This record gives sequence, C-alpha cells and structure tokens, in this order.
Amino acid sequence: MTIFIAILFYLATALFVAGLAYKVLDFARTPAPLSIPTTPAPTTRGGVVFRMFREVVFFESLFKANLWIWIFAALFHFGLALVAVRHLRYFIEPVWSWVAFAQPFGMYAGFAMVAGLGGLWARRFLVERIRYISTVSDHLMLALLVLIGLSGLAMKFLVHTDIVGVKAFFLGLMRFDIQPLPDDPLLCVHLLLVAGLLIVFPFSKLLHAPGVFFSPSRNQVDNPRETRHLAPWAAALEKN
Amino acid sequence: MAAPDAKAKVEAPAFREFPVVPAIQPDATGNVRSYVANDKIQEAIGFPGKLAEDWRETHDKAIERMGDLLERYRSLKVYLDACVHCGACTDKCHYFIGTNDPKNMPVARQELMRSVYRRYFTPAGKWFPSLVGARDLTREVLDEWYTYYWQCSECRRCSVFCPYGIDTAEITMAGREILDAVGYGQKYSNEIIGKVHKIGNNLGLPGPALEDTLNGLEEDVKEDTGIDVRYPLDVEGAEVLLVTPSADFFAEPHIESLIGYGKVFHAAGISWTLSSKASEAGNFGMFIGNYEQLRKIALRVREAALELGVKRIVVGECGHAWRVAYAFWNTLTGIGAGADDPFAIELQKQLDPNYKQPAHICEVTWDLIRQGRLKFDKEANDGRIITFHDSCNVARASRMGDTPGGQFDIPRNIITAVANKYFEMAPETTREKTFCCGGGGGLLTDELLDIRVKGALPRMEALKRVVDDHGVNFMATICAICKAQFTKVLPYYGFKMGLVGGVHQLVSTAIRLGNEQ
Repeated sequence: MTIFIAILFYLATALFVAGLAYKVLDFARTPAPLSIPTTPAPTTRGGVVFRMFREVVFFESLFKANLWIWIFAALFHFGLALVAVRHLRYFIEPVWSWVAFAQPFGMYAGFAMVAGLGGLWARRFLVERIRYISTVSDHLMLALLVLIGLSGLAMKFLVHTDIVGVKAFFLGLMRFDIQPLPDDPLLCVHLLLVAGLLIVFPFSKLLHAPGVFFSPSRNQVDNPRETRHLAPWAAALEKN
Repeated sequence: MAAPDAKAKVEAPAFREFPVVPAIQPDATGNVRSYVANDKIQEAIGFPGKLAEDWRETHDKAIERMGDLLERYRSLKVYLDACVHCGACTDKCHYFIGTNDPKNMPVARQELMRSVYRRYFTPAGKWFPSLVGARDLTREVLDEWYTYYWQCSECRRCSVFCPYGIDTAEITMAGREILDAVGYGQKYSNEIIGKVHKIGNNLGLPGPALEDTLNGLEEDVKEDTGIDVRYPLDVEGAEVLLVTPSADFFAEPHIESLIGYGKVFHAAGISWTLSSKASEAGNFGMFIGNYEQLRKIALRVREAALELGVKRIVVGECGHAWRVAYAFWNTLTGIGAGADDPFAIELQKQLDPNYKQPAHICEVTWDLIRQGRLKFDKEANDGRIITFHDSCNVARASRMGDTPGGQFDIPRNIITAVANKYFEMAPETTREKTFCCGGGGGLLTDELLDIRVKGALPRMEALKRVVDDHGVNFMATICAICKAQFTKVLPYYGFKMGLVGGVHQLVSTAIRLGNEQ
C-alpha cells in the first residue's frame, strides 16, 4: 500500500502541476482584444489589484448576489484554507511558528469546511433553480470534498492515526526516500481521495480558482480612452 | 421548428406583490424565436446565406468557428472553464424573472454552449460526457442556441454578481457569431448592419432626407424659441463631430434630445456638425459578436472625423453606442489617446488632447454646467416629476468623467441641475444593478415583443413604486433602444408611453438660449 500511495501521489502531483500550468499558460496566452471590465471598475492597476483581492478573499460579488451561497462558500473556503495551513506541518520540519499557531484553529476549521459543503450541497437539492443547473459532476465534487473532510475529521476526533508516521512518509516522499505509511484504512481513504482531487483539479470546474485571476471583466483597468488595447490578431486587420 | 406567431396575444405578467424569485417553468419561451435572416441579408454582410444541406458540414463549421473564438477571446475561454454552477446568477436576469424559463437563467444560457464546449474541447467531456453535462452539437442544440441567444440582451447584469465575473454577454456574442458563421443569422440585426454599410445609418435614412429633417428641426426650434439654433450637417472644420443614434433624427421622444444637444452647443457657442457618412452611433456589430463588423461600422466614424477635420468627437444618448465608443473605439479606430502606432496617431494628432475622446454628450453638458456656461430655468420642468433609468451598457460597460461611477452621477447631476423634482427608483434596480429595459442587444424587433414585454417586468415594478409613491411622470434615460422599447411596452403595464424621455429633453426644456453666449 505504501508503494501504491507513494506512486499515486507522485503521479497526482505531476498531473496537478502540469495540468494547471498548461491551463494557466493557455489562459495567459489567449488575447483579450477588447476592454470589457464590468464597470464601475478601477482606473489604475493598483485599483484592479485591490478589486481582485476583495473578490478572491471576501467573495465581494457573491456577497452582493446571494447571502446564503456566500455564507456557505465562505465557511468552506476559509475552512479549507485553515485546514491546508494546518496540514503544512506534515511537509516541513521544523514546523514554522505561524503554522504551529494555526493548529487549533485549523482543527475547528475542518468542521466549518464540512458544514459549508453541506450547505452548498443542500442547496443543490432544495433550491429548484440550482437543482436545475446541477450536473452529476457537481454532486460528485461535493461528495469528494465532504468525504475528504469527514475522513480527516474522523482521524482527529474518532480514531487517531499515527501522525508521526504520516509525517515521516510525506517528508520521505519529498526527498524521494519512501518511508512506510501507517497501516490505517481511514488514512488510506483520505489520501486516495486527496490524490483524486489533485488529479481532477485541472480538468474540472475547480479551474475557477486560477480562472478568476484571468477574468477580463474583473482584471482589466478601466482606461480605454487613455490607452489603446490591441490584440495581435486585431492589429493584423489594420495591415490590409 | 415552429415559426413565432407574431399575432399571438402579448400580455404583461402581473406585478409581483413581493419580488420573490419565480418558480421555474421549463420551455416557457422556447417557442419565441426571432426571424431568421434570408440569404440576401446574410450574404450582403459576408455571411453564408443559409445552413448547409448536409448537417455534418454545418456541425464541423460551427465547431471550427468555436475553436477560433476560443483562441481569439480570453473571456470566452475563461468563462467556459470557470463556472461552478453556484447559482448566484440564477435570479438576476430580467428575462428569467419575466418568463420563468430556466434557460433564461444566465448559467443555463451559458450552459447551452458550455455543454458543447466540454464535449469537443475538454478531456472530461470527451471521455465522460454524461458526467459533466457535455453533449454533441446537433441540429436541435443549434436551434436552442438560436432561440435563447436571441433572448439575451447582453446587459451584463449577471456579470456584476458572478464571483468570477463571468459575463453571459460574451457567451451570447460568441453564440451569435457561430450561428452567423454557419448561415443562421438574425434578420433584424443583420438587416440593420446591411443598411449601415449601404446608407449610413440603422434606419436607412439617406443623406438628402437627413438634411431635410435637420432643416425642419431648425424651423421648429425657431418657431418654438425665436432663436436660430443650428443643426448642421457635414460642416468641415467644425470643432465637434456629434455621432448619435439615427432614431434621434425622427423618432419620439428621441428627437427631443437631439434638439437639446443643439441648444447646448448653441448656448455654449461651440461649433458642431453631424455627418451624413457617420449618421449612426449604433453599432450592431457588437450585438452579433463579430469583431470585423464591429470594426468596419466603427471605422465610418474615423473616416468622417478625418474628412471633416473635427477636434472633438461627441456621442449622443445611446447605450450600446456609448459602450462601443467609450470602450472599443480607441482599439478599433484610434479615436482616443495614448497610441504609438501610425494608424491611430494620424487621428489622435488631429483631436484636441484637452478633451476626453470620445466624450459623451452628458459629459459635455455637465462640464459646461460646472463652468457656469449654461443657464437654466428649472421651473420650466416643474410639470415633470422625474426618475432616471440607468441603461445597461452605460452602467456596466462604460464610464463618464474621471471617477468610477461617473456614468451614474453625471446624468443625475444634469437632471437635478435642470429640474426640481427628482426621485430615485429602488437601489437594487439602479446604478450597476440596473435592470435592462428588455429590448436591448438586438431584440428590439416586433416578433420578440412577448419577450420584450416580459423582460421589462422588473423595471416596470420599480417604476410603479415611484409612480405610486411620488407621482413620477417622467422616466429619463440616455439610450435610444431604452426609449423605443419603453415607448412600446409601457402601455402593457398601464403606463402612458410618453412617460419615457431623454436627459437632454429635460435640458432642452429648461435651457436659456437668448443672450447668454
């Protein structure tokens, strides 16, 4: 099992990094020929950075749109962020002080994360409009994340796993020196699901994470009268 | 594919006592279809006349065009990838609110194309189509595109609320562009584009008729005010070239605003001219999402400006035209500033750098008011109790003045400078959250009246409240399409059609002309 999970993680990480890099480069190289920020929009680059910051950290537009979705989405994403910080301790030695500081918060954030996911999932059944637009993959994605959250929480609060062994495994993995993984079915499930998440990331709607940074309606400066935006293919039209 | 029954009785939906989100009613407006362009209309502007006999050929051409657009537009690529089906946009579209048809929910409208995108352009859709809601492009899908991409007014309201800024207008434009590329165009828009190229404006008003109209206008204003206000055409060396929607030349209430622009220039002593070559500010190339048409139509204005040698270019009251002028003209034609290429510099060195190029007529008027160069008798507007309808393209796709949101403040500042009685509609229906009039984006055609009336519901509800609470009897707006659409649909909701008018109509009523210059 150790070898299988080790290979799987190498594979999943490679796919995740390569897939994401491909998509990001693809977004970046595709021109945005016209100035289309959703106005009112900032008139300076600094203003756009601030707008993007509010969008990415506070989900500003979602807050304007729907308070329920915002609450659940915020619970999930902030929960996930803290949980991720908490998990850093498995990959670094010695553990940075701020990561150590975040440990207790990260523990409860796991509940927030699962609660947020639960809320989002419930909406897919209870709200007719959202039921209408939900696909099988939307449900599977939620199932995947919920199971990752629940299996993680179970290892913390129900059946403790050997976290010293887990850390040794991941530190070894990073040095290409494979150490034995603690023999714990819950841990195996948790890790398999996380590997699955890494693999589907670049092929799924999880692309909203890099996508938001490339969204012309949010990342463009509102200065079309002062600056001439011209995509290469559009400039070519001026030649003939 | 049933032809739309133009004679079917069109009825306005009832006002909602509380603005609750409607329950969905699948395919409620699946039978409301815009007329398809014939081969003459299509070929006149360089599109295939009709769909190929062989479906395979149409299919391949559509997918190929989609691939091209994905390479050309980052917006399309990112928007098709980024949606998570969160549902934030589902209750934001006026057409969904008015029709209850779930395919008018922005995400569902996008999904019509996203499902095809996934099938042909993503590994997930190629290998697991049913899992991710991917589907083949079939004739039925193409028909569905035609139906629902012609039930979107490209108003961008959904993009305000989307956490990733996904703008359904970009998807609709791509959809229409693909449809045109396979010979499945819309009669209304493509016919109008043909007219612009052939005659110079959307309404097909030829030069001599335009001259007559403007002469008549001068006589009317003289009779009305006793002052010789000029409405000049093709005057070389004028300072300002005014480009305005052609509806301003004869439609009511549009013409009242044209009269107002002339009075503003007269009172301020600014020499100005209209152009018979660029006698249209509107640019339906944007509606159909075709960059080449968008550019070609915009280039008329560049040519007119170069020929007439004007120093400033000003745009009249027209929503989508202002978007094209403000956001796209610099890119398309070099009308603007900051260029370093010969094509744009040729024009930019002619234009006066002390003014914004192009400028909105409201920016011009407001600047003059601030400089104290215009005087008003506000009491002349006392018979009017006024509210302001923000037009979608001005509100969410452009700006006026130097600060974000100037597009909201400047028209309001003008109104309160020229009139005493002004009331706002509900804040969730104004400024960047404004509701479309229901007739924008190429839908201002009779066979779509059903959709237009239903799509106006949220605006009509907000209007009803200020009519009941404050006795509002004048809804000012700065868009030719809004004016035409409201004139048509207001009666369906029990209002008088004369309730809508232009901001410069108010200016026209109150402005002092006599010896102020």
